[in-house]
Amino acid sequence: MSNSALLNSSIAKKWWMALTGLFLCLFLVGHLLGNLQLIFIHGEEGKRAFNEYAYFMTHNPFIKVLSYVTYFSILFHAIDGLVLTFKNKKARPKNYAYNKPGTNSSLPSRYMAVLGTAILVFIVLHMASFWGKMHYTAMPLHTVNVENTEFYLTQTEGSYIPVVDFEQNDLGEAKFWIKDGTEFYTTRGEIKLGEGYKDLHSLVFAYFGHDKMEEANLPANKNALIAVIIYVVAMLVLAFHLWHGFASGFQTLGVNHSRYNSFIKGFGKFFAIVVPLAFAIIPIMIFMNK
Amino acid sequence: MKLTLKIWRQKDANDKGRLETYQLDNVSEHMSFLEMMDVLNEQLIAEGQVPVAFDHDCREGICGMCSMHINGEPHGPDRGVTTCQLHMRKFKDGDTIYVEPFRAKGFPIIKDLVVDRSAFDRIQHAGGFVSVNTSGNTQDANAIPIPKDDADKAFDAATCIGCGACVAACKNASAMLFVSAKVSQFALLPQGKVEAKRRVINMVEQMDKEGFGNCSNTGACEVECPKGISLENIARMNREYLKATILSE
Repeated sequence: MSNSALLNSSIAKKWWMALTGLFLCLFLVGHLLGNLQLIFIHGEEGKRAFNEYAYFMTHNPFIKVLSYVTYFSILFHAIDGLVLTFKNKKARPKNYAYNKPGTNSSLPSRYMAVLGTAILVFIVLHMASFWGKMHYTAMPLHTVNVENTEFYLTQTEGSYIPVVDFEQNDLGEAKFWIKDGTEFYTTRGEIKLGEGYKDLHSLVFAYFGHDKMEEANLPANKNALIAVIIYVVAMLVLAFHLWHGFASGFQTLGVNHSRYNSFIKGFGKFFAIVVPLAFAIIPIMIFMNK
Repeated sequence: MKLTLKIWRQKDANDKGRLETYQLDNVSEHMSFLEMMDVLNEQLIAEGQVPVAFDHDCREGICGMCSMHINGEPHGPDRGVTTCQLHMRKFKDGDTIYVEPFRAKGFPIIKDLVVDRSAFDRIQHAGGFVSVNTSGNTQDANAIPIPKDDADKAFDAATCIGCGACVAACKNASAMLFVSAKVSQFALLPQGKVEAKRRVINMVEQMDKEGFGNCSNTGACEVECPKGISLENIARMNREYLKATILSE
């Protein structure tokens, strides 16, 4: 085997684009199913389901491996795409003075790099808004209101700890304290009482403008409308990217057979419409129902 | 017909080049595009100007020499034709027609509309052949049974005339349709199997060396190809390449 063939040749670069791209399509489905809990499960139950899901997604070792594969895929897809784009630009040093590419190819297929770059910018923004906060900041914890008293929900079934017990008295002493963002400890004795859930659900609802206290314990984002618009536009861009990208990935991997081509192309277009649309509906519904 | 022609003029490879405007009266709609170019050149010669250099040979759509990018498309607005098969009836009286050379790093301009397509020859030399022992008692090709479907597909791939319209149409100036047609033509037949792995690796390596871009599956090449070479061939080349890189020594 020529040793560079699996990395450096033009065809190998395209395989990696296709493999990482199609893997990211699978990731989109998983991410969407998780997000749909935000609008399909309502009230206290929905908040609990989503925060438990968020805990699972940040702690399960299998998911951890999967998430590293996802980060790698995003980065590799972006870098490989960039390298290919520069190489392709170099392949035609001087452009035509008069060109009509619209007569022989679709618009999304010619603007994959531009669309992809826009998606990358959105991913950075999106991760800073949710993923970054979830991983690197002190998040509010999931609280439950029972008969006008606030309790922290813990991971031990049926165990609640009153929020008041964490408040300092005049002497600056509190009964319990929170370690590492989520772990409940007694102040003396260092006995672990349990572990709480980061309240990502409230963060999401507040981010997209929800200000009802029973839904979100955080103040509503003043720029929620802008956040929703950015999200919807990003999904539109994603739709165009997938419109070409999905079937293109299969072609690059050599999957081209007269019996299956129309199915792959049709499914690719269905996927390109349904997935971004379902994603986009979520923040719109959160914003509208506030 | 009266036409305004905007034609790319470039003295040599080092010249910057520019679009020049020419007026041409009395163009018959029955002329082929190349005949119209001949009329223009006669007019230029009569006026003491340098005629426009352009490639042409058979003028019946099988040699693939006529490499013009006409009104934004290789071989002009018609489908499944070379420039010599493009007729002036595809244009209207008073039209402005832009004529440029095929543009790609792999196709350096020699003069005006003439480009150097020897990169295709070098790709072909890298593996686009079957080594046959010519000892005098070569086996009759018809003695090897080949499924009709495979034979048809191989023949379809073999109709590629190497004109370079795929490269000219591709936004990445990729030569993959050409290379894949040449790879497929042999990969589909038993005679080609012996050298299959080496062939695809060497041809793709040469293609990359010549500075052609990558395929992003826009499908422009298939639309503009005068011989209707299918994208199916690119998928086949991708499969052949995968097989070859993983399995070859």
